[in-house]
Amino acid sequence: MLQIELWKRVVIWGLVALGLLLALPNAFYTRVETSNDARAALETGATAEGLQEQASLWPSFLPSGLVNLGLDLRGGAHLLAEVQVADVYETRIKAMWPEVLALLREERGRIGTFRLQDSNAEELRIRLNEKPDMAAEAAALVRGLSRPVVSMTGAGASDIEVTVEGPDVVIRLSEAERLAMDQRTVAQALEIIRRRIDEVGTREPTIQRQGSDRILIQVPGIGSAAELKEIIGTTAQLTFQPVVTRTTNADMPPGPGNELLPAMDEDDVYYVLEEAAVVTGEELVDAQPTFDQNGRPAVNFRFDPTGARRFGDYTAENIGSPFAIVLDNEVISAPVIQSHIPGGSGIITGNFTVEESTNLAVLLRAGALPAGLEFLEERTIGPELGADSIEAGTVACIVAGIAVLVFMFLSYGTFGVFANIALMVNVALIFGLLSLIGATLTLPGIAGIVLTIGMAVDANVLVFERIREELKTARGPARAIELGYEKAMSAIVDANITTFITAVILYVMGSGPVRGFAITLGLGIITSVFTAFFVTRLLVAMWFERRRPKTLEV
Amino acid sequence: MRLRLVPEITNWDFFSRSKLWLGISAVMVVIAFGSFLVQGLNYGIDFRGGTTIRTESPTPVDVGAYRDAVAPLGLGDITITEVFDPTFADDQNVAMIRIQAQDGQEAVSPETVQQVEDALATFAPDIRFVSVESVGPKVSGELIQTAIIAVVLAIGAVLVYIWLRFEWQFALGAVAALVHDVILTIGIFSELQIRFDLAIIAALLTIVGYSLNDTVVVFDRVRENLRKYKQTPLKEVLNQSINETLSRTMMTSVTTLIALIALFILGGDVIRGFVFAMIWGVIVGTYSSIFVASALLLRLGVKRDWNKPDNTAGNQYANIDA
Repeated sequence: MLQIELWKRVVIWGLVALGLLLALPNAFYTRVETSNDARAALETGATAEGLQEQASLWPSFLPSGLVNLGLDLRGGAHLLAEVQVADVYETRIKAMWPEVLALLREERGRIGTFRLQDSNAEELRIRLNEKPDMAAEAAALVRGLSRPVVSMTGAGASDIEVTVEGPDVVIRLSEAERLAMDQRTVAQALEIIRRRIDEVGTREPTIQRQGSDRILIQVPGIGSAAELKEIIGTTAQLTFQPVVTRTTNADMPPGPGNELLPAMDEDDVYYVLEEAAVVTGEELVDAQPTFDQNGRPAVNFRFDPTGARRFGDYTAENIGSPFAIVLDNEVISAPVIQSHIPGGSGIITGNFTVEESTNLAVLLRAGALPAGLEFLEERTIGPELGADSIEAGTVACIVAGIAVLVFMFLSYGTFGVFANIALMVNVALIFGLLSLIGATLTLPGIAGIVLTIGMAVDANVLVFERIREELKTARGPARAIELGYEKAMSAIVDANITTFITAVILYVMGSGPVRGFAITLGLGIITSVFTAFFVTRLLVAMWFERRRPKTLEV
Repeated sequence: MRLRLVPEITNWDFFSRSKLWLGISAVMVVIAFGSFLVQGLNYGIDFRGGTTIRTESPTPVDVGAYRDAVAPLGLGDITITEVFDPTFADDQNVAMIRIQAQDGQEAVSPETVQQVEDALATFAPDIRFVSVESVGPKVSGELIQTAIIAVVLAIGAVLVYIWLRFEWQFALGAVAALVHDVILTIGIFSELQIRFDLAIIAALLTIVGYSLNDTVVVFDRVRENLRKYKQTPLKEVLNQSINETLSRTMMTSVTTLIALIALFILGGDVIRGFVFAMIWGVIVGTYSSIFVASALLLRLGVKRDWNKPDNTAGNQYANIDA
């Protein structure tokens, strides 16, 4: 066992060297970070002065991966949002009305007159006034509008359920369609949140889906959770809706198919609007801050071809009547259509400041959040607290490391030195691996490293204690060392596998900082077994070859 | 010349009072559990919902004045504690303000937080809010559930692993030790009313891992010695195995404790509870691998010669060893 083949030695040293190389950038954290940022900027075509110098702060042939610092170390904001998936159902079913109306109107001869009833949110209830017994007929017609649901589970299911309740035809969304919509809604919300945060340009945000309808958002370096919510929290739902009437009565019943919305910049002014929008923000392709002919801040927008066609058709047919530009359930303005607007572009004016118009343009460009968000968890960690934690953690690591090194040397002498070298390699390897997989280091993660420092020597201690025992019975030191490694093997394997199991469970079940702890603990177990079995053994073997001691003191 | 934590050769009898030790452990577990039932844990917002605000100011913290400043806002139960730590600078005065979860809200709204911050700022103009954390009741409920599942899952997985690698008696002994350690840790958190949050769950699982590590090393030696000394009574084999591994047990516990104590003193107040749990766990875990796991193994007994297929069964030499 003390004979280690050359190729194995090369592999072992190679891995150690690789680990050290990968860990190296972390020793020059700010310098590498500046350099990485500058390089990223250069790649996107930025040409600001000094970028080249900043990029060359760190040579490009060296690895430049860094350990990500978690929010608790760097400061920033953390939000856990629940997407209110049910919000979408209503809009979706209400949007079917014009289609249903057109269909039934053609058949008025057969089914008689009909009317949309006021009803609870997630259905369309159509009452046949003249010929209630034709309801089944009408339902069959409406059923023709259903489309198959596109999803993995609901294959073959149709998107609507049409039922007959006395004289009423009731249209509801099918369960399969709801599930498919939930999926789409969350995916879309995720994408939009990502785009909005990217627009602001912060470093390394974490935006991931959690569970069926939740989104976790972590943005380092941002001032507060409230600020982050401002960036993502505004739904920016832009619609263009036909105006029925304008009123100052806040309690006015809007009538079926209509809704009552307040004006944004005039107190006590309300508009009754048709609920089905002519065009929505989803059909928007561009929005830019601009100024109107009076020099007031405004937002310029352009629709995609479908949006442009619909907008064009609508304006052509409704010259002289007002339509409303609605943002997040507030009417920004309700201009009268002066002429046919064929190009699909227009301008939103209102009482904006320059800043507001810029923000509005950003929000419109990033697209509308499909549904509201409820925030279940909000955390803000100030950068000072993070810096304090890093400092305290670093000091604790160094002190812990030195104390353990001294203790090991006093206990095992030369062998203690080997274990110490292995320990230092071990810590470097952990950092190397963390940088390689781009894992996030959190405060509990630092605790995990400190714990690993304490426990990493365990594998070595097991071996050394075993060698001591074998020295009492075995013939000669070489044999004792061999036996020591051989017999300590099973204990080391079992002990570390059990700890590794708990680390895996922690990783799977935990979140945030706890997960960071699980990562360092798990990596620490892998590296400490590697260093004990290969690095220390190689060191012992090399020492033994050179010295050939007749007796051994461990 | 070498530093030795225990003499080179020990032959201590760990089982002469094993009943006493098991009894003491049982009583401790009952006390810990009782404390948990009677007093309950001082749950952090992770598990209870609510908001904590950490403030820092150059002027000393005046808890009474802070309370007066925040009280008119009518936010229900508010706890204000001053935080002391040796790593703080002289002009660093830290306080933690905890606001209960508000009815009908998930996370506390930024407006509420802003109100609190404004109220405090009028009293202490130089105050800074270094962290604000808010957890809604929905999430905190789930977090408790996940935490319990995680601990149970970890113990279950370990039970299966040891059962596969050893025998069911070993698995039972090891798991009894684990449960003992977990309950005692929860007990001390309840007794001292230290804040119990998500990180403590991580610590609990680490304790599970550590305690197991220790137990497995002893058991591994027991297994080896059982093969070696087939006629020696189980009690002696156990005792010998513990004595042989004692030096290693102490070494590892001490190095781990050295590292943890460094972290406890220097690591700052944010993770102090977490580190405390681990220190306690290392001590209890070391104790339990000898006095609970092994003692229970002795009571349960083991099938001897268990690692070989019993191909001699049925013939007259069945129990004679070569």
